[in-house]
Amino acid sequence: MNKTLSMLAGAALSLGLAAGVNAATLKMAYDADPVSLDPHEQLSGGTMQLSHMTFDPLVRWDKDLGFEPRLAEKWERIDDLTMRFYLRKGVTFHSGNPFTAKDVAFTFERLRQSPDFKGIFAPFSELKVIDDYTIELKTKKPFPLVLNNVTYLFPMDSEFYSGTDANGEPKDKLVKHGNSFASRQLSGTGPYTVAERQQGVRVEFERFGNYWDENSPGNVDEIILTPIKEAPTRVAALLSGDVDFIAPVPPTDHRRIEGNDKVNLITMSGTRIITFQMNQERVEAFKDARVRQAVAYAINQEGIVKKIMRGFATPAAQMSPEGYLGHNSALKPRYDLKKARELMKEAGYEDGFTISMMAPNNRYVNDEKIAQAVASMLAKINIKVDLKTMPKAQYWGEFDERAADMMMIGWHADTEDSNNFFEFLTACPDADTGLGQYNSGNYCNPEADKLMVEANTETDPQKRAEIMQTIEQMLYDDAAFIPLHWQNLAWAARKGVNVEPVLNVMNFPYMGDLVIEE
Amino acid sequence: MIAFFIKRLAQAIVVMFVISIISFSIQDNLGDPLREMVGQSVSEAERQQLRDELGLNDPFLVQYGRFVKNALQGDLGTSYFFKEPALDVILAKLPATLELVFGASLIIITLSVPLGVYSAINPQSWFSKTVMGFSIVGISIPVFLTAIGLIYFFSIELGWMPSYGRGETVMLPWGWETGLFTADGLAHLVLPSVSLASIMLPLFIRLIRAEMMEVLQSEYVKFAWAKGLHSRRIYFLHALKNTMLPVITVGGVQIGTMVAYTILTETVFQWPGMGFLFLEAINRVDTPLIVAYLIVVGAIFVITNTIVDLIYGLVNPTVNLAGKK
Repeated sequence: MNKTLSMLAGAALSLGLAAGVNAATLKMAYDADPVSLDPHEQLSGGTMQLSHMTFDPLVRWDKDLGFEPRLAEKWERIDDLTMRFYLRKGVTFHSGNPFTAKDVAFTFERLRQSPDFKGIFAPFSELKVIDDYTIELKTKKPFPLVLNNVTYLFPMDSEFYSGTDANGEPKDKLVKHGNSFASRQLSGTGPYTVAERQQGVRVEFERFGNYWDENSPGNVDEIILTPIKEAPTRVAALLSGDVDFIAPVPPTDHRRIEGNDKVNLITMSGTRIITFQMNQERVEAFKDARVRQAVAYAINQEGIVKKIMRGFATPAAQMSPEGYLGHNSALKPRYDLKKARELMKEAGYEDGFTISMMAPNNRYVNDEKIAQAVASMLAKINIKVDLKTMPKAQYWGEFDERAADMMMIGWHADTEDSNNFFEFLTACPDADTGLGQYNSGNYCNPEADKLMVEANTETDPQKRAEIMQTIEQMLYDDAAFIPLHWQNLAWAARKGVNVEPVLNVMNFPYMGDLVIEE
Repeated sequence: MIAFFIKRLAQAIVVMFVISIISFSIQDNLGDPLREMVGQSVSEAERQQLRDELGLNDPFLVQYGRFVKNALQGDLGTSYFFKEPALDVILAKLPATLELVFGASLIIITLSVPLGVYSAINPQSWFSKTVMGFSIVGISIPVFLTAIGLIYFFSIELGWMPSYGRGETVMLPWGWETGLFTADGLAHLVLPSVSLASIMLPLFIRLIRAEMMEVLQSEYVKFAWAKGLHSRRIYFLHALKNTMLPVITVGGVQIGTMVAYTILTETVFQWPGMGFLFLEAINRVDTPLIVAYLIVVGAIFVITNTIVDLIYGLVNPTVNLAGKK
């Protein structure tokens, strides 16, 4: 009895203390929770969001797509192939181990084993440890994107991840589909530690007491992340005050959230491009540039953005969004039905033809409706479309088999660089090099390919920009594919939760710097 | 009784076997699990290698044989997403679903019997007509719409009820995580239970009403009236008991169906149960989890039907469970 009483008293006391410290707790809801605590298991938005909460990269993107030093305090180019990084001193991992160059080397090696991340680190030949706080990254060829790619290097605690776990497996083992040590616990240098995790239900983060960044304004001590898959439920949870912060916000609910004076909506023009590809191997007519141009003239991007996306997208005439080096501001959407019909006539297809089209119905915002709109726009130039939509799980198999004449694909450049779009979506498909892996149209322009290779080794940003803008122009003139729009991003938060400064176009909010005003 | 059980067990084994074949053979049409496991820029060669490691490139019979061998030892495979045995994942979510079904059943039973009986006895009263009218509406609105409507009114507009999730839960000593013993947990249970009940409740009211009306026309009820029995005794002892026979049969089947409806309710309310888990598994092409779910749900169907048959025997002694001797 006495024991119970004293326990109760203790509990009451600690409650009172906790309230006195003015601890801010953030409850947030995303559409999914991270697949794993292993930052190298899957290259996805969820993993990146988790990494920025629990780890720190050497450098990170700032709001204007510039670089901000994190665990690397500064860097300098030694020669064409070498970049030297000076690491921050006095940083500790969650486990208490000090952070040094050996952790960076450990992480670098591990990244190169990861099926998902090895592509990003393929241009590097080695990481040389100079001393405890200096490293050098060497590339095989002159490489312009060293800093872009280093935003993916989140040093892991090498000591914490060495040795073997209870099953006798090495703790640093990278497992895609099993129960590994690294997928269940983590030790990074980031602002938060994972206090509790129930996969698919909730993750609780706690502020790391020894976080190195003392200049961070962040005042959130606890974050509870709940995945809420259904968009209406997510919005309802915010409006009813059950959570403080949600993402993504579906376009249909924007007006409702804007009209509510207890919450804020923040939108940003995104970098994911949505396109259609026209398969030249399946359809003879698509080999004719005039027919492809006719299709390009027949599509009303602005109409789609206005009517289907409700303004929640930016109409596109190219792949590179504004802010990317390759963005060519001269290129504009070219909707002109008369011109489209003329081109069809010129090419000898006045009476049109029939094609098949496939699109996912749960991958991109409004993907199914967009495909329907494109199909009906094509009907106006006598191209009859046989449209089939399906869940993404089935869609990607069909896409790999190039199962339809026109297929939808959206793309976000992992490197935040234009060349990534070109290499995956429009380069001549080549199974050996992996170029054109997602070029279901089989569009092939050797000249453009040559420029892509050039851009890969050009370290002068000015010249690179010129090269990549030329590529965009070539693809535009050739109507290599049909760009539709860049999907915007949207978040919503309770008033007082000052999320705007920590959001960015990559959609990995820097939660460590989040401020909640009372 | 024993003969009945043995027969049922044999039937159950055949049913489970058929379910396992069907669910195992559709998995190739659900999509490529690799797609959900790796990032967009991973090369095809890399994917093939992972597929080999997972044994996804083996012929169907080899894969199925491996599955059956493991399944007989109680291992239904390891979930790709949760990285834990699929059966454990499902069983961990089972309490949430059962509590939801329990909440809904409670609403259905406590409301459908009095309402059904009342509207059978007084078919012309305005109250009966209102009940019937509402039941038509209830039966024709899809459950997810009811759910969204409830959230809109009670969570957003009025702010009385929580909008999602299970709330605070307590771990019972035998590993059952329950929300029934905390005020917060009970509050979270109300809206999901109501929306899950919204489909079945009208069905049961109508069923009880129709059966009851038929029974009230029968000879023995007329005889009871003639005998001068008290009306309460006629309605609730003689008539109701005979009304309940078909209701129990339908009820047993419907409990199984209710498990299926939980998929929608749980998804809208983000209720961390089996149905929600299943839908997520389909989206993620988590095939081991999908197969295990189908098998577990199949088992629930078999078990509930067996229990229904047993109860049926208790309510109506003329039913011979083991067949004529």
